[in-house]
Amino acid sequence: MMPPAATRLSRPELVPDDAIVEIRGISKTYGADVEALRDIDLDLPRGKLTSLLGPSGCGKTTLLKIVAGLVKPTAGTIRVDGRIVDGPGPERAFVFQDFALMPWATVMRNTAFGLELRGMARAKREEIAKRYIAEVGLSGFENKYPHELSGGMRQRVGLARALAVDAEVLLLDEPFSAVDEQNRRKFQEDLIRLRTVQKKTFIFVTHSIEEAVYLSDRIVLLSPRPGRISGIIEPNIDRTGNPDEIRRDRRYLDAVEEIWQGLREYVD
Amino acid sequence: MKAFNRIPIMASLLVWAVLWEIAGRLELIFLLPPFTDVLAAAYDLVQTPTWQAATITTLRAFLIGMTLSIVIGIPLGFLMGRVKIADDLLGMWVNVFSSAPLSALVPVLMILFGFGERTIVAAVFLFSVWIIVLDTRAGVLHISPSLIEMARSYGASRRALYGKIVLWAALPEILAGLRLGLIRGVKGVVIGQLLVAIVGYGALFETFSRNFRMAQFWALTIILLAFAMLVAALIERFERKVEYYAGAR
Repeated sequence: MMPPAATRLSRPELVPDDAIVEIRGISKTYGADVEALRDIDLDLPRGKLTSLLGPSGCGKTTLLKIVAGLVKPTAGTIRVDGRIVDGPGPERAFVFQDFALMPWATVMRNTAFGLELRGMARAKREEIAKRYIAEVGLSGFENKYPHELSGGMRQRVGLARALAVDAEVLLLDEPFSAVDEQNRRKFQEDLIRLRTVQKKTFIFVTHSIEEAVYLSDRIVLLSPRPGRISGIIEPNIDRTGNPDEIRRDRRYLDAVEEIWQGLREYVD
Repeated sequence: MKAFNRIPIMASLLVWAVLWEIAGRLELIFLLPPFTDVLAAAYDLVQTPTWQAATITTLRAFLIGMTLSIVIGIPLGFLMGRVKIADDLLGMWVNVFSSAPLSALVPVLMILFGFGERTIVAAVFLFSVWIIVLDTRAGVLHISPSLIEMARSYGASRRALYGKIVLWAALPEILAGLRLGLIRGVKGVVIGQLLVAIVGYGALFETFSRNFRMAQFWALTIILLAFAMLVAALIERFERKVEYYAGAR
């Protein structure tokens, strides 16, 4: 019987409802024998937020970096919007776990950096960057340097930079793991709000079950060593209400529990 | 903060100057004339055409040598920091040269380049380039990998990657290398001129010491030390500014 809270989908039922990212037969072996990923097949639906969730060592970040074109897979192909990925591209933007901001550049220059690399004129790119700095709640901090900001604010700059290039797919690699708990919650709420404004596809790597359930339309569970897909869950949570209600919602709690039961065996 | 740091240094200099003066007045040893005599000698010295000509010759050789060191040293450090094969091939030699007693090589330079400016320039280069290479390499190696990934993921060309990311990220170490390289370069220019012995400060040193003109000898030494320290202090100031911005690395 289907659990009422979350829809568990078995492989054949997985209809690629307008998949923007198609992952086919991806394997990655480091060196001679460290197998990070084995034969991953996955479709990521357009306009949705999909989380890759699993314990450390399951290759979730490797998979994200392969989609980003930053890491070459040992086997398999990635298609984004039907085009085969052979390196980074303008339709994808990456948000880094350690923010990856240039410490010598202001918030403004960091945010506009993707546009700067595309050769956009300064006035134009700063106008765009200013809009996204406001979008992530950092208006007034344009001329600050990264070391003058808190961890949470730095990651907001990282997010603004990714939004500014207007990529269709945003790849977020554990974006909140280096941010303290209070800021993380606020940031998660802001991300939900942001998603209603920005119609983009988000791929989100996390090791936090609560975070995945709270944010995701679809959660891909990965098992470790070698990384393989062990299940896909759609939490079906209504996110229009206020954040505290969501965290007390029956379906939220059930989904968290179900995922925990699924991942439990991999924790030593 | 800065004022507090400055006062003890000035105070300690003053104490040593007074000690020097006392030792000189006691005429303990003829090598050490009173400090005031040295100052007077320095004052007279800088007004002589000989000193001015020697300074221009020395400064010229120093600047040419340093320019070569920077222009060759920094790209070499980049290459070694980014390309494993280059690092394996060159690493040993750079390390050997950076710790070798280079003074012993200056006579060889003389054979290669003759008794003139070219030898001095080569000496400055030989003394200063290695530390610049090593520090640049260290700076490039310490760049956070995610900063490189960031540039790549936003479509940076190779040129943009180096010009907008690698150079800036390695700047604190590059500046440290330049500061140490400049100090070694001063050493190189003096040792080179001493061994060649017929140009610039080397000729002056030779004349003063041979004729036991110790006040002039010390005056020239102090002028050189002051120059080296001044240049190092200027770079250090710039370094501090850069480190302030790179504080969150």
